[in-house]
Amino acid sequence: MSKGDSIKEVLDKASKGDKAALGRLLTIIETSPKKASMVVSEILHEEGGAHVIGITGIPGSGKSTLISRLISHYKDRGLKIAVIAIDPTSPLSQGALLGDRIRMQEHATSPNVFIRSVPTRGVKGGLSFSGVTMIEVFDKLGYDKIIVESIGVGQTDIDIMNVAHTIVVVTTPGLGDDIQALKAGIMEIGDIYVLNKSDKPEANKTYAYLDFALDLGELGGVDKRGWRPRLLKTSAIMGEGIQELADSIKEHLEYIKASNKYMEKIQTRRMLMIKLLAEKIFLEKLEDLAEKGDKIRLEKNNSLYQACINLIKKVSRELERE
Amino acid sequence: MTKLYNDKALDEIKARLEKWEKETLPKSLRRFPERSDDFTTLSGIPVKRLYTPLDVKDTGYMEKQGLPGEYPFTRGIHATMYRGRIWTMRMFSGFGSAEDTNKRLKFLISHGETGLSLAFDYPTLVGIDSDDPLAKGEVGVCGVAVSSLLDMETIFDGIDMGAITTNMTINPPAPVLLAMYVATAEKQGVPYSKIGGTTQNDPLKEFIAQKSYVFPPEPSVKIAMDVVEWSVKNLPKWNPISISGYHIREAGSTAVQELAFTIADGIEYVRHLINRGLDVDSFAPRLSFFFDSHINFFEEIAKFRAARRMWAKIMKEWFNAKKERSLWMRFHTQTAGVSLTAQQPFNNIIRTTIEALAAVLGGTQSLHTNSLDEPFRVPSEFAAKIALRTQQIIAYETGVADTVDPLAGSYYVEWLTDQMEEEAWKYIDRIEMMGGMTEAVKRGYPQREITEASFRFQREVEEKRRFIVGVNIFVEEEEDEIRNVPLLDINQKEIEKRQIERLRMLRMERNNEAVRDALNKLRKAASEGENIMPYVLDAVKKYATLGEIMNTLKEVYGIWVEPPIY
Amino acid sequence: MGGAADILELMKEIRGRRIKVLVAKLGLDGHDRGAKVVARALKDAGMEVIYTGIRQSPEQVVETAIQEDVDIIGVSILSGAHIPLMERLISLLKEKGIDDIPVFLGGTIPIPDIPKLEKIGVDKVFLPGTPLYDIIKYTVEAVKKKRSRRN
Repeated sequence: MSKGDSIKEVLDKASKGDKAALGRLLTIIETSPKKASMVVSEILHEEGGAHVIGITGIPGSGKSTLISRLISHYKDRGLKIAVIAIDPTSPLSQGALLGDRIRMQEHATSPNVFIRSVPTRGVKGGLSFSGVTMIEVFDKLGYDKIIVESIGVGQTDIDIMNVAHTIVVVTTPGLGDDIQALKAGIMEIGDIYVLNKSDKPEANKTYAYLDFALDLGELGGVDKRGWRPRLLKTSAIMGEGIQELADSIKEHLEYIKASNKYMEKIQTRRMLMIKLLAEKIFLEKLEDLAEKGDKIRLEKNNSLYQACINLIKKVSRELERE
Repeated sequence: MTKLYNDKALDEIKARLEKWEKETLPKSLRRFPERSDDFTTLSGIPVKRLYTPLDVKDTGYMEKQGLPGEYPFTRGIHATMYRGRIWTMRMFSGFGSAEDTNKRLKFLISHGETGLSLAFDYPTLVGIDSDDPLAKGEVGVCGVAVSSLLDMETIFDGIDMGAITTNMTINPPAPVLLAMYVATAEKQGVPYSKIGGTTQNDPLKEFIAQKSYVFPPEPSVKIAMDVVEWSVKNLPKWNPISISGYHIREAGSTAVQELAFTIADGIEYVRHLINRGLDVDSFAPRLSFFFDSHINFFEEIAKFRAARRMWAKIMKEWFNAKKERSLWMRFHTQTAGVSLTAQQPFNNIIRTTIEALAAVLGGTQSLHTNSLDEPFRVPSEFAAKIALRTQQIIAYETGVADTVDPLAGSYYVEWLTDQMEEEAWKYIDRIEMMGGMTEAVKRGYPQREITEASFRFQREVEEKRRFIVGVNIFVEEEEDEIRNVPLLDINQKEIEKRQIERLRMLRMERNNEAVRDALNKLRKAASEGENIMPYVLDAVKKYATLGEIMNTLKEVYGIWVEPPIY
Repeated sequence: MGGAADILELMKEIRGRRIKVLVAKLGLDGHDRGAKVVARALKDAGMEVIYTGIRQSPEQVVETAIQEDVDIIGVSILSGAHIPLMERLISLLKEKGIDDIPVFLGGTIPIPDIPKLEKIGVDKVFLPGTPLYDIIKYTVEAVKKKRSRRN
């Protein structure tokens, strides 16, 4: 790839399977909101052929190893797989250490696999605009499975619920002895719950608790969503239970395709993309103004609410002037 | 408790000290302000200005120190220590092809050496064959390449294996290398009762530090304990495990962490063997240890003394060992490779000297001194000779070996020994709470502690709160001497080519049916939880390669990739 | 030597995307202390750092650099196999047309090998004992140079 290619040329090369071009395209999305929106207008198509799978769970639950196993499974079936691995950005230095790849490196050289690490960036620690937009890119380029690995805490999990068709929540035995403790460790957003490291002695007990919680509808029930969340046991390190997991993911895909939820999810995802970009543009401009020495003040006789409206207006004016 | 000081004497000392602090000290402080506000050891233990009997007043002499050769062995495991016999000067060597190593070993033997020590190359250390794509460029570089029994036979061709002992620094593939050693000795007609040596075979420290793991933690421990159990029953002269703090320290841990994690590893192994139904006194005397000796002189000495005391207590009180030898912590020491610098490399001789002295004053059983060129590569003969001479000078010129545990009774050393022990117990308690070292390792606990410590140390160096001569103090811009270090030359490409060709021939000429059969039996035994040693031995004798045997075990046990920890 | 303020000053010179670094353990040795300390220091300086973990082949490192579209690659080797491994790595970068990505190397490297490595195409060799600030400073400057070439 030569360096001065236009966005269209880069996209063209990427769709012909040039991984370096794809890597560069993802960087464009990360770097400039304007260029990113140019990319998006080139690629957005209505159907959305890819199946987006969100995988979340507490640190140490073995998510990455599990994903690595899933990649092998899909790869063997001739599918193209993209992984978006999300890691937190340090709020202090704005730097990030992205290490989720470590457990997937055996796939680094597979032609049908593309793994990209994405730092959360920004203060609120959720899924970034670039993360969401990368889904659209992989979708356009014909990736069959797009796996979004989340850091398993807070905002990212809520965002993942909005972008993934199927959500897999990974947990592990021995978090605690009762449902309350378990619930503290996992989000109630799963379509599929995976008890990983099920070779541990206390696994059966944890499994029974989770099963009970599912029956009670405490982890999302049949009524609410027309899908009774599945509960599975795996041992990612030994490769056990992966077939069953892939089967459940497939079943869930069939379920959402049969209802209208599949397209609904794509709509939500694209709405989130707009919202996140709007936020990004706004915040960047705000920082820009601050850097230029613009002070935000609360004037006398002015309500806080009014001050905010004025600020929004000011930023909007600045943005329009560009 | 046998107190060293009576209350009256202590009161007098205390009064005198208070007076000193009021009168003598301030005058001195005014004239010579101190270099720093807080002095600490490398482990971060605050070092006071002055130590007096008041700092060790609560120590019971018999309980904490005792006499050498007696519980709790703080002063040494033997009554006469180096007055009887100087420590073993065991230098780690091995390079290139099996033929090169064979020549080198014969040379060493002709010069009277009977304790050999084999270094393996990286492919061998992680259990892959020389013709594996991942081995490219690494065959024969850091040690000798051993891919099959054929290589082991070549290494010991013409050497009487009944008359020597061999130390093999090998971990996940330890069962395979031990099997090769035993099979070669057997072919020479050496009875099992005369086969002597050591396999490092310490899997937990691989997860903590050295990172040449292959299988996940549980099966790794299981396999290592297979080696211990089999050796205890079949090879009375073999030391099947060397529980190693060295690599933990080299990975950037503090002295306290090294001490604590090594002992916690040991505890885990002892428990595992007892759970197998072995009598503690049947295997405990065969356990040995391996420590680092770093540059913070007194802390190292205190660490060695504390280690012996702690292990003796654990074996006696936790595991009810009865034999005296079960309580002994026998250990090998190597000076700290990590303390050596590429800058002004001749200074490394001095660092190594000081570290070696600490090991001797700490009562080590054997010692390896590093060569000055080790920041660059495997030592040259010139550098290795200086390293050996360093030990000989300490042993024969300095007189430090002429009395047992000469630093005992130093207020500072005894106080620091207590401190090291106390701090180490805190770590051990935490690991015990997690359910032992295997569990702690899976959670990344020791890994994280070490990463933190090494980062903290680096920061301290950068901020000049710790000094390293030539690195952040007394730096020379243009260094000529760095270019004058003569280096060992290895024809790596040629060795690799020959080794690959040899393997190709082997795979053609051996009975492949027999190999497949032996590997199937091994797979079955492993999946059924049997001791794998007899099956590995059988496969080795059929000339199954190291890689083939390890791959068979990987199918059963899985492989390990560590969690991301920074 | 540089403190936090110096690092902040250095990083200001970088416009656009945060510096993205690949820290790779090439070859079979497991000595990851140096690689991790460097990774952590670069992160603390405000960079995005991808760490590959140990036992990576040159193919894996190059593919990772492509997929992550990194600005620079830092390699750590303590096994002594640096010459053949770096030869392979750099020739793969050329093959893929991304040899404008600077590569720096750290580890136990004999001095006489340094010119050989530079000839192969290694941008910079760091020996044991290099201050972290020097590595941060080098990284910033190398990335600045590379980015100005690309644009």
